Amino acid sequence: MHWSLIIYCGVITYLTRFSMIFLLKKDIFNNKTKKILSYVPAAIFPAIIFPPIFLDNSGSLDLENNPKIIAAIFAIIVGYLSKNVIATIFAGLTSYWFLIFVV
Amino acid sequence: MNNKLKTLFKGVTDVSPLMIPVFPFGIIYGVIGMELGLGAYMTLGASIIMFAGASQIVLLQLFSGGASSLVMFSSVGAVNSRHLLYGAVLSEHLSTLRLTWKIILSYVLVDQAFAVSNTYFKNNENNENKHYHLLGAGFTCWVIWQISTIIGIVLGSVVPEELGLSFTISLTFLALLINDFRKFKNIIVMLVSGIVATIGYNIIPFKAYIIVSALSALTVATLLTLTEIKKK
Repeated sequence: MHWSLIIYCGVITYLTRFSMIFLLKKDIFNNKTKKILSYVPAAIFPAIIFPPIFLDNSGSLDLENNPKIIAAIFAIIVGYLSKNVIATIFAGLTSYWFLIFVV
Repeated sequence: MNNKLKTLFKGVTDVSPLMIPVFPFGIIYGVIGMELGLGAYMTLGASIIMFAGASQIVLLQLFSGGASSLVMFSSVGAVNSRHLLYGAVLSEHLSTLRLTWKIILSYVLVDQAFAVSNTYFKNNENNENKHYHLLGAGFTCWVIWQISTIIGIVLGSVVPEELGLSFTISLTFLALLINDFRKFKNIIVMLVSGIVATIGYNIIPFKAYIIVSALSALTVATLLTLTEIKKK
């Protein structure tokens, strides 16, 4: 990792925040565009979540006896019921540790 | 207490409850940064320069997978594209401010600060110092993010790798989506993104799987939005 890459990433991050505040006088996005932009987290985060869970170190699909899948399902259930961010992470991590260290 | 300070403190107290999940997120980021060998200065440096948790972790994950600089840079841009929405929504309230204010407030426009200050702006249109609310909320996030990064850096040198802390990346992002679990359309969008990424991880060149799956899922989101509008 180079410092220059971190600086470029900092610049692009800043520009996504600054550009609209700087350019717009009024909110110009119509409801359709806003609705689509509101899907951005749902469209991007699973791409980060799925591969480390379903793929093993060599990059092939690992569906049998995979503790990460079970732990993730448990986390989803806790998240759905509690709507609590910390409870979700905690449930996933402790069930994962239970599966790899105890079972 | 004058109105400016009062508004500033309102921003601090409004955003504080949202800092509870940010804290472990920052610690996880710091620990992983150290485990990947970025070193303390670079791990903390990224938190100060970028100040964007989700994209900092994406950057680390792509780095550990051996992605090219261009892919890391564009993935960070994609993850942060949601800020365009925040800026557009807030521009209505901030357009009369001096440029210096816009420059400062843009640096601290993170998810949590946007959430609380946008609500405050809507309810307090007539407060001429309402931008102090975003200043207070934003810098509270900033301080918490830097402190938790530093704690993570310290812990990173002692936490053993066997604990599988890299799994917490998946878990933290999963936790950020809990509000989407109840919406059917969001579940479809999430599944498209996740499945395309899992299949594409090995097939799509240059580790561009995050961008490709995000664009596929956003296309589906657009189609869903358009059919919804037609029905009305």
